[in-house]
Amino acid sequence: MSNEATLHSHQEVHGSLEHDQHGNGHDGHEHHGTFISKYVFSMDHKMIAKQFLITGIVWAIIGAFFSVLFRLQLGFPDTSFPWLSSILGHWAENGHIKPEAYYALVTMHGTILVFFVLTAGLSGTFSNFLIPLQVGARDMASPFMNMLSYWFFFIASLVMMASLFVQTGPASGGWTAYPPLSALGDASIGSKIGMDLWITSMALFVVSQLLGGLNYISTILNMRTKGMSMTKMPLTIWAFFFTAVLGVLSFPVLLSGFILLLFDRHAGTSFYLSDIFVAGKALSNEGGSAILYQHLFWFLGHPEVYIIVLPAMGIVSEVLAINSRKPIFGYLAMIGSLFAICILAFLVWAHHMFVTGLNPFLGAFFVLLTLLIAVPSAIKVFNWLTTIWRGNINFTPGALFSIGFVSTFISGGLTGIWLGNSSIDIHLHDTYFVIAHFHIVMGVSAFFGMFAGIYHWFPKMYGRFLNNTLGYIHFWITLCGAYLIFWPMHYEGLAGMPRRYYDYSTWESFKQFAGLNHFISIVVIMVFATQLLFVFNFFYSIFKGRKLTIANPWKATTLEWTTPIHAGHGNWPGEVPEVHRWPYDYSKDGVDFIPQTVPIGPNESEH
Amino acid sequence: MSGFLTVLVIVLIFVVIFQIAKASEYVSILKGEKKARQQSNRINGFLMIVFLVLGLFGAYYCNDVLKDKLGPGAASVQGEGIDTLIAVTLAITGFVCVVTQVLLFWFAFKFQEKEGRNAFYFPHNSKLEVIWTVIPAIALTILVAFGLKHWFAITSDAPKDAMVVEVTGKQFNWLVRYPGKDGQLGSKKFKLISDVNSNPVGQDWEDGLNKDDFMSNEIHLVVGKPVKFIIGSRDVIHDVGLPQFRMKMDAVPGIPTTLWITPKYTTTDMRAKTENPDFVFELSCDQMCGAGHFSMRAVIVVETQQEFDAWAAKQKSQYELANASATPAPAAGADSTASKAVAIAK
Repeated sequence: MSNEATLHSHQEVHGSLEHDQHGNGHDGHEHHGTFISKYVFSMDHKMIAKQFLITGIVWAIIGAFFSVLFRLQLGFPDTSFPWLSSILGHWAENGHIKPEAYYALVTMHGTILVFFVLTAGLSGTFSNFLIPLQVGARDMASPFMNMLSYWFFFIASLVMMASLFVQTGPASGGWTAYPPLSALGDASIGSKIGMDLWITSMALFVVSQLLGGLNYISTILNMRTKGMSMTKMPLTIWAFFFTAVLGVLSFPVLLSGFILLLFDRHAGTSFYLSDIFVAGKALSNEGGSAILYQHLFWFLGHPEVYIIVLPAMGIVSEVLAINSRKPIFGYLAMIGSLFAICILAFLVWAHHMFVTGLNPFLGAFFVLLTLLIAVPSAIKVFNWLTTIWRGNINFTPGALFSIGFVSTFISGGLTGIWLGNSSIDIHLHDTYFVIAHFHIVMGVSAFFGMFAGIYHWFPKMYGRFLNNTLGYIHFWITLCGAYLIFWPMHYEGLAGMPRRYYDYSTWESFKQFAGLNHFISIVVIMVFATQLLFVFNFFYSIFKGRKLTIANPWKATTLEWTTPIHAGHGNWPGEVPEVHRWPYDYSKDGVDFIPQTVPIGPNESEH
Repeated sequence: MSGFLTVLVIVLIFVVIFQIAKASEYVSILKGEKKARQQSNRINGFLMIVFLVLGLFGAYYCNDVLKDKLGPGAASVQGEGIDTLIAVTLAITGFVCVVTQVLLFWFAFKFQEKEGRNAFYFPHNSKLEVIWTVIPAIALTILVAFGLKHWFAITSDAPKDAMVVEVTGKQFNWLVRYPGKDGQLGSKKFKLISDVNSNPVGQDWEDGLNKDDFMSNEIHLVVGKPVKFIIGSRDVIHDVGLPQFRMKMDAVPGIPTTLWITPKYTTTDMRAKTENPDFVFELSCDQMCGAGHFSMRAVIVVETQQEFDAWAAKQKSQYELANASATPAPAAGADSTASKAVAIAK
């Protein structure tokens, strides 16, 4: 009832634009909204989810393509690629990417993938799509704010895109944008107008995240259907909930860091600047601390990696349980470990700063708290393993990517134990070991979670299936490719090879890896081509995929599959169903699955 | 032309894959959904085991090929402790990694969907959950204890008799200053920095301690003698990375930092050890500092006390260089290490 009330009251405020749409949603009729209100300025959480997803895919192609470009430089430093000059112009004269362009590509690759793809594209898509559907709400708490969340993201995207085309190039100080490098246009060409656009875009992005996050939290807390107590929610929802909490509490700190940076750039303040001599003259700034920025940045930056990986964890838990035909093992422990990760995420930021001159005594606490995160992570891994143990696993592409997620999460997570220990970090910090670690644990893993989600919920989104064979090809090549790319990088890191180098050929200590870099770059190109295959599959299947004929193709228990194949705005044609049980009654008492809407029978065993 | 052909070949491969994928969908409709599902489960289940076996073999092969490229181990006393800690951590995490990966892919293979198999309803088991909470906690406590013990050892104050070297980062090279005979570095102010007047770090010539300080393009250290680096930057954040000594410290403008090591082998020792006559210790910049970041290299020479003394005796103090008229500035020479970056940038 409260859902309906919200929807109607909201309609009175903003009624003129989408009156028809709202009125009809839960009457089961087709929409009669205009193209604009249905596909562009839609307030339907399902459409907004698709907008986030497709924008995310576009960004993912761009961001991944950038990595192909800079891998060309790393893998083939002596080869000239004339076509590079055609697309990059003076940034790649004679077919060689210039250092300035290389650093711009590296920076934009990081920014795009971390924020625009794995935050907006992953949590934006699935939080929007699944929260109302799985908790049994007709839409978000505020559909209007939800729409704004997407459009702020869209404007942030436009600004970031524009920064690629300014004369001095986009930001090029790394995705972390440490000052003074990012504060002084004289220190780096990318710190001129490109950096202002980067800050503007990120500020808009933070607004988008806050609008989205507040909505996710209030929807989960207030708009669950009858019977849907917190402990009857699927783990996806728990994961999105903690993700949103992390975002709401940490993004404002990042914004404050950016605002101080903006002041230092243009208002002559000295928050981050002190004792600097650049471009032949000493600056007047004194007393600032360049390290202050790093504290503010990593106070978001570390929770950010959990913002990226928690939704993937939630999706994987759900998809593994469904396709193993077993309940997720240790449901409460799974929630507990998500909660523990969420709390610890705020208490470990300085492990990115062990070599900044941080007080060693203070560093000790960050070591302790960082390694503590391995405990809830281990619990989750063992629970996933037990979930598939003695299951009856149907290898849908979604299930494959979930298994791939667990594999990469183990491999990448364990190296976190190395880096979290400050004594080891002092050697491995800012080397390829770090690149290998975080690409496996939050890059590849989060992408696997995202792919699992896309393959699994695509039928709910578009009423059609993705092509399975392409899905299998996509999975196996990506899994093998990811390991071939990142596993050997650990060795480069152990030799101390620094990250973010344009060329290693002059270094006696690192040039022995030229052959390996060559190999990695070739694999990168192949894996990138395979992702394009997925993109093709995605867009082709929206229009031509095999049609969904039954409402619940995976025989899942959760509420989203009780909606019609093409659910209108409002999700359920009639009453929102009532929930009677937890979402993991698979193979209970010999029954394949019992939907959440089925009341507990008199002879049913306790779970 | 070859580029065009490559694109054409890739497109063709795409088309072929897509046609196969589409055909397989039709075939599965013809065969019946159930049969197609059984077949795809068999194939993917088999691939799980193939991946596991190839993966374990691949990890072994990768190690075999790359282990010789890692260099001969730590070249400082402090670094040896780090290598030990890495070995212990590798043993623990490596064991866990192999066991969990084997279980994951083995379970996936073993419990693939089969007709007549019923999944086992197993929602939780407190005993198991306690076990795999407590065991990782104990393992991590051990790692934290060893890690912190070493952490406090290497971040402690340098011994009193340690020699002192000041390293200042700038875009894009390192400025190295030695205290000279008096063993004390003179004071400096960033506003006094002047490349034209041969004062690259801003030494205050009023300060008598500065009179004998000398600067160098190379870092010379004495084997077996602790050395304390006083690290700073005059523009953006850099990082003193010492890969062979297993050490690292940021160079932050306005906030001096320090690190100390005890080199264990001379450069000559290392050349014999690695059988590489070109071996040198290198100082790399490990914090992104701009377009020439990758070229911020300095050579470190570790030698005996006699060799060091002979070298130090030959150095001219920066005071002399800066205050002798019509002397070419050596600081400008220091910039040549960044020549590659600058050349490409221009």
